[in-house]
Amino acid sequence: MSVLIDKKTKIIIQGFTGKMGSFHAEEMIKYGSNVVGGVTPGKGGSKHLNLPVFNTVKEAVKSTDATASILFVPPAFAADSAMEAADAGIKTCVAIVDGIPSHDMIKIKRYMRRYSKTEKMTLIGPNCAGVISPGKAMLGIMPGHIYKEGKVGIIGRSGTLGYEAAQQLKNLNIGVSTSVGIGGDPINGSSFKDILEKFEEDNETEAVLMIGEIGGPQEVAAGKFAKENMKKPVIAYIAGLTAPKGRVMGHAGAIVSAYGESAVEKVELLKECGVTISQNPSVMGETVKSALNGKT
Amino acid sequence: MDIHEYQAKKILSGFGVTIPRGGIVYSPENAENKARELGGSKWVVKAQIHSGARGKAGGIIVCNSPLEVAQAADKLLGKKLVTNQTGPEGKITNRVYIEEATEIKKELYLGLVFDRSSESIMVVASTEGGMSVEEISKNKPETIIRSKIEVAVGMQKFQAREIAFGLKIETKLIARAADTIIGCYRAFSELDATMVEVNPLVISNQDQILALDCKMSFDNNALFRRNQVSELRDKTQENSNEVYASDRGLNYVSLDGNIGNIINGAGLAMASMDMIKLAGGEPANFLDVGGGATPEKIVKAFKLISMDKKVKVILVNIFAGINRCDWVAEGIVQALAKIEIKVPLVIRLAGTNVEKGNKILKESKINYIEAKTLEDAANKAVKALGK
Repeated sequence: MSVLIDKKTKIIIQGFTGKMGSFHAEEMIKYGSNVVGGVTPGKGGSKHLNLPVFNTVKEAVKSTDATASILFVPPAFAADSAMEAADAGIKTCVAIVDGIPSHDMIKIKRYMRRYSKTEKMTLIGPNCAGVISPGKAMLGIMPGHIYKEGKVGIIGRSGTLGYEAAQQLKNLNIGVSTSVGIGGDPINGSSFKDILEKFEEDNETEAVLMIGEIGGPQEVAAGKFAKENMKKPVIAYIAGLTAPKGRVMGHAGAIVSAYGESAVEKVELLKECGVTISQNPSVMGETVKSALNGKT
Repeated sequence: MDIHEYQAKKILSGFGVTIPRGGIVYSPENAENKARELGGSKWVVKAQIHSGARGKAGGIIVCNSPLEVAQAADKLLGKKLVTNQTGPEGKITNRVYIEEATEIKKELYLGLVFDRSSESIMVVASTEGGMSVEEISKNKPETIIRSKIEVAVGMQKFQAREIAFGLKIETKLIARAADTIIGCYRAFSELDATMVEVNPLVISNQDQILALDCKMSFDNNALFRRNQVSELRDKTQENSNEVYASDRGLNYVSLDGNIGNIINGAGLAMASMDMIKLAGGEPANFLDVGGGATPEKIVKAFKLISMDKKVKVILVNIFAGINRCDWVAEGIVQALAKIEIKVPLVIRLAGTNVEKGNKILKESKINYIEAKTLEDAANKAVKALGK
């Protein structure tokens, strides 16, 4: 099936009437996503792209029953918008924006602790390409046509490297159940482990490709989770073999500051967890293919 | 973003942390005057560069007269200082900090960082100040105290006291030590820092608790709301090509190899560099022109790479999504009409409208080597080096 979103998922756009919000709302609608409206404070009551605009997320949820949202607001206001979505009962919120201060991300995550596990919103991103369930819905900014519908789950930090993987899979005639971009920031809404958990429960996902990079403990934590809790094969590629220690490689989170955070160390630790390693970024597709074949 | 020691100390003193008296100077004459103004009989002249381990590199000089202070300043100013953190090229000393010497009874370590596992601020402290935290973890791990701070409520007094007692500080100084630790925490949390390191934090013979050396780094994403912090940026401490890049909205890191890269997206950029390495080459840089790879960014990227004399081959790898390959190809053609590239150029386009994009490149007059996949691009770039 898919995780997080499907054809029916009702989506609202936060920052709807801006340039970015409008452009990507149209792209999502073209792809088939069920966009039901948007929020721009002060423009409530008007129409945009033939859809209703609301002043607050609560109003939008009340009149459209939306369960998912995507943020196109500047970094300085993103934390506020994410917390507004959580408070309005949105279940899945994607933050595309790059540049949210780390202190703000911590604030959002602490704020969300007030909700019980069943009520809690899943925040995806920030600094990511979003979520796509090919053939069903897109809640993001990716080029939808490079994804083929299928049974491999993808979780990645990087947008374009995720596209590269989807295309390699498509060239091998392998499809994707859902691809989730968790983003390149040091503190993010959902971790690799959070999404692995969802893929393990999804009855139509057969294997998961994890595209990680240098910096932080998340890839290894996900590997440990997979070892203890997963039956489905997990394949991983870790980018950043050549990255020098202590330098930020584009993504704010891509910095080696402790043991276990370099690409070589992560690969070793993941292997110990039984994760299949894609030796280089050119063979991500082929490595998934052999893992799938090994299973049958 | 990093700042200098003297700037970090000034910030801490604003949060109630005691620092030794001192002043910043840019010339030996002013160094001498500053020493006289501070008074006393012993001073420390400290090179202000963005690096730790300055002492071992000769960047910190103890002086016994104002004349010696002037001589020490003369020795440091305008020279490059090479530490084990600067790389072989070192960093230029444009200013020196003159400080009254402190009689040290005890040296401690106090650091605050973001802990990515617990997503909170972590305080790390040790009785073994003066060595780097890496050395402490290696040689005296049993002395390390860790305390996780709940950012929603901030550091509590008891947490600061626990750390102070853990550092075996005398009872009569505990309250003062706790205030110092809380001051460092407040500086971290109120100014969007990512690291505050006081090493050493000392107890003087006069029972003062002093931040003797301090390093601070800040979240670049938060500088928009921290004007007083962003004003402290010292571009002379950064690689000049990296400054050029950051002023133009490009994500660039200079490296030691000779294959220049222009790539869209940080993950794809790291992956392409990995492929270069696996193909037997070494990347000259990391360069992410952004997911969108607009023609303007591509022009800027070519200009930047052409400034790097190490570069013997350029590899362009763009995965076009919403921005189509034909549009990206036009951007490349426009860029090359403006900038002359004298080294072999390998271009790999992928994604939306890749055929159209490659057609535009072929029909243009640019001289390049076409590559199909990531691997093909890396192999061709390494091969082109040999020519």
